[in-house]
Amino acid sequence: MSGVLLETRNLETYYGPIMAISGISLSVRTGSVVTVLGANGAGKTTLLKTVSGAVDCKKGQVIFDGVEVQNQQPDRVAARGIGHVPEGREVFPFMSVDENLSVGAWGRKDRDAVARDLKQVFAYFPDLRAKRDQMAGFLSGGQQQMLAIARAYMGRPKLMILDEPSLGLSPLLTQTIFGIVRRINRDEGVTILLVEQNAHAALQLADHGYVLETGRVVMEGTGAELTESEDIKEFYLGRAEAGVRGEKRWKKRKTWR
Amino acid sequence: MQWTDALQLTIIGLAQGSGYALVALGFVFIYRATEIVNFAHGELMMLGAFMVLTFAELWGLGFWMGAALGILTLGVAGYALDAAVMRRMIGESQSSVFILTVALGVMLKALAGMIWGYGPRNLTVPFQGTVEVGGLVIATSRIVVIAGTIVICAGLYLFLSRTKLGVAMQAASQNQLAAYYSRVPVKRLVSVIWAISAMVAATAGMLMAPVTQVSPEITAVGIKALAGAVVGGFGSIPGALLGCLLIGVAEPFLDYAYPPLQGVYAYAIMLLVLVVRPDGLIPQTFRKKV
Repeated sequence: MSGVLLETRNLETYYGPIMAISGISLSVRTGSVVTVLGANGAGKTTLLKTVSGAVDCKKGQVIFDGVEVQNQQPDRVAARGIGHVPEGREVFPFMSVDENLSVGAWGRKDRDAVARDLKQVFAYFPDLRAKRDQMAGFLSGGQQQMLAIARAYMGRPKLMILDEPSLGLSPLLTQTIFGIVRRINRDEGVTILLVEQNAHAALQLADHGYVLETGRVVMEGTGAELTESEDIKEFYLGRAEAGVRGEKRWKKRKTWR
Repeated sequence: MQWTDALQLTIIGLAQGSGYALVALGFVFIYRATEIVNFAHGELMMLGAFMVLTFAELWGLGFWMGAALGILTLGVAGYALDAAVMRRMIGESQSSVFILTVALGVMLKALAGMIWGYGPRNLTVPFQGTVEVGGLVIATSRIVVIAGTIVICAGLYLFLSRTKLGVAMQAASQNQLAAYYSRVPVKRLVSVIWAISAMVAATAGMLMAPVTQVSPEITAVGIKALAGAVVGGFGSIPGALLGCLLIGVAEPFLDYAYPPLQGVYAYAIMLLVLVVRPDGLIPQTFRKKV
């Protein structure tokens, strides 16, 4: 239970000459929920893409389940047991919900288990059952997000990577989706790596968290520690206590580095 | 013009349009999967016809064996073309890809001329001769083209909608990144799509051989097929089929009505449609994500 499922060591990724992440080391224990927080442009999505092989890194290692997987083809990385739910509800728009889910189970030979997982998916997401035959492109934003998570679930991943699942969703829907993510983690033992801007919701769920800023880890701790941290409170949870004067904020920001 | 003539021209047009449609299918498949417009597709069709000719007649294997081997060869060639060349062009600018495919076409055409000569050659097919239906005399080969197109389209439709591999190909065309994350080997599937497209084009070249003969010049069919695909709304498969049939049927009538402009009408129709309806007859419901 307590082994390390995913580890990145000194990961550096560039977009052309621009360094998007500069030396990120983090580890995700088997069965835990780990969240990565950070503002726009902090490098969160790049980090996830590097982990799942969609972007190549220049330096460092990604070790998943004891094997180095950096710079492999994304389909090969996924086949090792990573289910990546990309940012912005990337479903297959012209295909039905059922077809989307069947692509999610690509490569699985255990038909009975796939059928069971499909049942489980519809238990988690009853909304999707009603829309099984509808084209995914015509679903609402929340349903598309659910479908993207469900599709990743159909691959029976050991690690599920979620890139801003709350993006553009109502607070209520965000809660629902986070609740399901928690159940997937607790009931099925799927390890979760969650990237969020919605720090409040993410920290409630997470066992452990990292804060990224301009491509570096500037802070890490357990979910509770981060929730209690003054900086997080001020910048991410929006509970500024000591004045809102720009000067002071700037000074506080400085203490992070 | 009597109604029998009109019917005759319509059937000729449908046969011609079916041939275009088979080539256009390849254009659209490749475009949807990779956003590459393969301007060398007419050349693949020509190469297919020549390969069938080589196996069937020059090697003396007979038509059916020659057809099977010729089409298979093009499948391998399509796969190899993607795996060795086109795959590396992903992410390059549209203009480089355009120039590459045009250049490939020129090279293939010259190569065919060097190997098989520039003059038209005759491919003997088992479906020669004519049939008479109620006073109409129709070349059997025309009916075979139409029937062949229907069979191939139905087969491809079933393949894409019913088989796991087909559904995965659709997925890879609609959202490459999400397909990768679902463990679909996108690169290999794209190569398979190239192989299928090349095989369908080769079939088109073979089926149309009784009418067009086999020569490097039949690559012009590729340009007409492209015109048909544009008329139908580029990227839409039903659109491409409709556009090609439309052009195929309109051509003989227009040629008959005003012969001096023979051969230009396909492009005239394309221009007209682009001016009146820039998205084509059946535009895609919503834009593909880039």
